[in-house]
Amino acid sequence: MKVSLFVTCLTDQFYPRVGQAVVGVLEHLGCDVDFPTEQTCCGQPMFNTGCHDDAADLARRMIDVFEESHYVVTPSGSCCAMIRDYYFELLEHDKAYVSKARKMVAKTYEFTEFLMQVLKVDLKELGCAWPGGGERKKVTYHYSCHLRGLGMTNEAVQLLKQIEGVDYQELEKTEQCCGFGGTFAVKYPQISGAMVQDKTDCIRGTEAEILICNDGGCALNIMGALNRQGSDMRTKHLAEVVAEGLGLMDVEADSAHATGGGR
Amino acid sequence: MSSLATDMNQGNGQSVPLTRDGESLLFPALPYDMHDRADRAVLDEQRLRFVNHATLLKDNARKKLAKEVFGDEHGEWRTLAGRIKQHTLENLDYYLNRFIDNAEAAGAVVHFAKDAEEANSICLEIVEKEKLKTCVKAKSMVTEETHLVPALEEAGVETLETDLGEFILQLDGDAPSHIVTPMIHKDRVAVAKAFERELGAAYTEDPGTLTQIAREYLREKYQKADLGISGGNFMVAETGSVVICTNEGNGRFCTTAPRVHVAFVGIEKIVPGLNELSVMLKLLARTSTAQPLTCYTHLMTGPKREKEHDGPEQMHIILIDNGRTKILADEEFREALRCIRCGACLNSCPVYRKVSGHSYGAVYSGPIGAVITPLFKGLENYKDLPGASSLCGACYEACPVKINLPELLIKLRRDMLAGKVTKRGERLAYKVFSMGLKSEGMYRMTSWVQKKLLRAMADNQGFIRKAPGPFKNWTRDRDLPAPAKESFRDWWRKRERYR
Repeated sequence: MKVSLFVTCLTDQFYPRVGQAVVGVLEHLGCDVDFPTEQTCCGQPMFNTGCHDDAADLARRMIDVFEESHYVVTPSGSCCAMIRDYYFELLEHDKAYVSKARKMVAKTYEFTEFLMQVLKVDLKELGCAWPGGGERKKVTYHYSCHLRGLGMTNEAVQLLKQIEGVDYQELEKTEQCCGFGGTFAVKYPQISGAMVQDKTDCIRGTEAEILICNDGGCALNIMGALNRQGSDMRTKHLAEVVAEGLGLMDVEADSAHATGGGR
Repeated sequence: MSSLATDMNQGNGQSVPLTRDGESLLFPALPYDMHDRADRAVLDEQRLRFVNHATLLKDNARKKLAKEVFGDEHGEWRTLAGRIKQHTLENLDYYLNRFIDNAEAAGAVVHFAKDAEEANSICLEIVEKEKLKTCVKAKSMVTEETHLVPALEEAGVETLETDLGEFILQLDGDAPSHIVTPMIHKDRVAVAKAFERELGAAYTEDPGTLTQIAREYLREKYQKADLGISGGNFMVAETGSVVICTNEGNGRFCTTAPRVHVAFVGIEKIVPGLNELSVMLKLLARTSTAQPLTCYTHLMTGPKREKEHDGPEQMHIILIDNGRTKILADEEFREALRCIRCGACLNSCPVYRKVSGHSYGAVYSGPIGAVITPLFKGLENYKDLPGASSLCGACYEACPVKINLPELLIKLRRDMLAGKVTKRGERLAYKVFSMGLKSEGMYRMTSWVQKKLLRAMADNQGFIRKAPGPFKNWTRDRDLPAPAKESFRDWWRKRERYR
């Protein structure tokens, strides 16, 4: 199965390890993965700030870049939602692109969604186990709003629970937004700050060692807040945990934050 | 509909007011700056706790009930309700005419007011003609829009809010901060103090006793009043009825005991017939307060008829435009008028939970307020509202008539850019940012520069504690992770080379 990775700009620059993990896992599952290097951004920041002409330009660009792809898989829920929810609407009146937009929408999947719905994996059957010699780890999961928008309910949690050695801790107020919201976080720092405080209170309340977060924006926000609060909880993408659990990737040292954080 | 009793709602009765001296809560000076109030709201520990707790409770109860009652069909019910309202809006002239004919045939007098001022003056004309002295008033958001109570008081009509929450707010000189639970920002200590001070009651914080005090006080007023004011949750074109949904029974008293009943209703509140009304009623209370139905649902069709003992001698219905036809004329924003004022979008909104209603500086708060306030009063006057959302989509999922609130907020942002309401610097920043994404070369260059700059500022853990320029606000309450040393695409290129 041929799969193209849409890594997203945040993952590319801040969490390259997540992209590597996605490639590792998909290849392990028999996919032929390619990465069209001309890709940049899905246009979500432009669309959300109201720059709809620029967003449409970027949407057309994405469609061209991935024109030959059978499947487009991305590790970020919100970027996936941008394509799925808005590309058609953005290009509805562009005769040259409207049918291409429809195709793009149909072939784009978020990583966990792709594992569950297309590859139909069972991590237990694959022998995915938390590295570290049978010791159970408390893990919690941040439910990003855009996954909900894509109609996903608890796919990531189902996968997480299939990993041996994972002691899953449900987050209180699990459906409440973390307060990222792109420009919202810098235009309304007082509101966004109060929101991420609430979120990190809930996260820390689980006493988990690791937070799983499948959206680059949320991760940037939550990691930044946890670090400010002096917490040593680590934030990871599910792809990293799966890659480590399948022995496809070296396990990260238990330093402050697994993904990004400047390394 | 206000509930007084929860432990989380226990404070010292002294929430910090969000306004500066003399500033109106719902009618501030324009253009309105949201930041000032939001700054204070997020620091007010008590208000934050009350609002956070109450909204979460309501939101969870709503979700649970929806699952029990509608199961997998919840989306379909919401679609149906949304289509009923959309259809009615698209044929509003027809349904309004039908409503007027049927209401008049039932003996009601129907008036039309183009704006708030006209609505109030129609009411004052009735007051003058009928020599009315005392008014009991049921809860109505549209009368907040028209600022009716001060207008009546000024004309010498003693006016009393009879919804328990609104009654307390009136005693305290406060204003509603939620469409359905107007005193969500207050605690029972504030109520106890207000009752002691204004009504001379013995101090008590017991919710049951407080309710009893209000009940006895109000009962006497109902008997005396000659004018009753209500809003309208719905108007039924087929029958000419005005429908109100209440929980305290005060609506019934207000609309039957006084000699004259005046209903203030926005023109968008119309539904075609009783079948359509039943769909709306099925959703309204379940979404709003997680009740199967409100305790009372009144369908009022004309005044008291011959041989009837109860009811007003006159029923007036004031149909209010006040900016609605302007929204109606706009195909993109028309759906905002489907709103049935259930308050679910406020309860589900993480922003509302943090800043509470008064931060929106207008009658309607929360996601629906952030959409309709700029439409009613001008984008340039409320330029902060469309941006004050993380676009998380919780409101859209909660909305019983499927108003796509996040998308409407994005469209307002688009219009702000096009109309140059957005500051020039910000517009320019977006232009530059998007240019950097339109070619691979530009993208590589800008991300390289960004990486170099941010990594130079980061500590040895890879975090920036105090960021400059556009990121300054980011590091107010959180650190900024620096970009990684090697980007994914660089890793991929190397991997391809050595494969």
